[in-house]
Amino acid sequence: MKDVISIEDVSRNELEDLFSLADEMRDRRADDLKGKIMASAFFEPSTRTRLSFESAMKRLGGEVIGFSSSEGTSIDKGESFSDTIRMLDCYSDVIVVRHRYEGAARRAAEIAEAPVINAGDGRRNHPTQAMLDLYTIWRKFGCIDGLTIGVLGDLKYGRAANSFILGVSKYKVRLKLISPPLLRIRPEVRSKIGVDFEETSNLEEVLPELDVLYVTRIQKERFSDPSEYEKVKGSYRITASMLRKAKEDLVVMHPLPRVGEIDVSVDATKHALYFEQAANGVPVRMALLKVVLGVV
Amino acid sequence: MSLIVRRIKDGTVIDHIEAGEALRVLKILDLDLSGENIVAVVMNVESRKMGRKDIVKVEGVELTPEQVNKIALISPRATINIVRNYQVVEKRNVRIPDRVDGIIRCSNPTCITNHPRESIRAVFLKVSEDPLILRCYYCGNEMGRKEIVEQLSR
Repeated sequence: MKDVISIEDVSRNELEDLFSLADEMRDRRADDLKGKIMASAFFEPSTRTRLSFESAMKRLGGEVIGFSSSEGTSIDKGESFSDTIRMLDCYSDVIVVRHRYEGAARRAAEIAEAPVINAGDGRRNHPTQAMLDLYTIWRKFGCIDGLTIGVLGDLKYGRAANSFILGVSKYKVRLKLISPPLLRIRPEVRSKIGVDFEETSNLEEVLPELDVLYVTRIQKERFSDPSEYEKVKGSYRITASMLRKAKEDLVVMHPLPRVGEIDVSVDATKHALYFEQAANGVPVRMALLKVVLGVV
Repeated sequence: MSLIVRRIKDGTVIDHIEAGEALRVLKILDLDLSGENIVAVVMNVESRKMGRKDIVKVEGVELTPEQVNKIALISPRATINIVRNYQVVEKRNVRIPDRVDGIIRCSNPTCITNHPRESIRAVFLKVSEDPLILRCYYCGNEMGRKEIVEQLSR
């Protein structure tokens, strides 16, 4: 594994090797990546992804350079994305990139000698989010095969949901894709799902069957038509009382940030796994940095 | 059928182009017409196989499979005849290439190839030929025949 652009490019074996390595990385502080520099190129805002990558690099003794928005950089002066990547390639050993345009990470990988990790490109890919999501399920249940997994929310524009669906399809799972009709998965994603799946708008109907409920935010910033967003915002809200109808060991996940899809009453229930999921971003990204930098 | 355009001595004849598509075929081929090579375009002639068809003859140039395969995007039934000394020495059907490079633009407005500051040629990978589906190498957006033909018509 050199560049990490899409979860589709990562095999199930590679994922499971990564999970085992991530287990070794939990609470680890070491100098494995001492002398290595990670360029953190976030052209779009991020909290968890950027900070967990930076934390991962620092916990392994590496250094971090970069920016968290284009403000104050040469991009603001009109520099192209490609030129910015060329420059970062000279200054670092690995480039972590997030961009509003789809395909930006693949373009970066074409230009850079250093490995490129996609930290989210537009509405398409967020492979490292999918890796930590799958790792969280793998740790919780011991395996992923055999589970019934519901994915709820914006399945059309949400890159976390898209990558999760394609990632979890590598396992023998049953998928329930729950969304308003306007936000169903796009045909090019649908055609790649290699497992049985059902599309529905009715969460209550499928909730009792689920082992995992993966909730996503309906993201205003991904809609080109604001009236389309108005039609679907606030379509779903998970509450603690609603979960009484769920299996005892159902887990509720969310890539965060949430803005109302999961009521705070759920936080105190045994079902809430989203904060642990967010914490898992660090060991998974530590493992991934070691893999792409060839320090394993 | 009487001979509308004379036979060519050496070069390429693109036959069985869908009627009305010959000019688009020429546009896709992007031939260098600054030299002395003659290009003949025959449109809307009768065809036993197709009812009506167009023909393009390019004198003095043997088009490569890579060049002519692009034609399949708009005229999948086209046939290519390579002519040497008035004889057809090779005949082949067009085939949509596995990689379509720089002919069409990605229809996704937020594909990196459409970023106003980038100069990147859009590259598509063939997903299927029938129905025609091309996937953008960069952003994964898929385009079907209708969208591709519409774009090439502009």
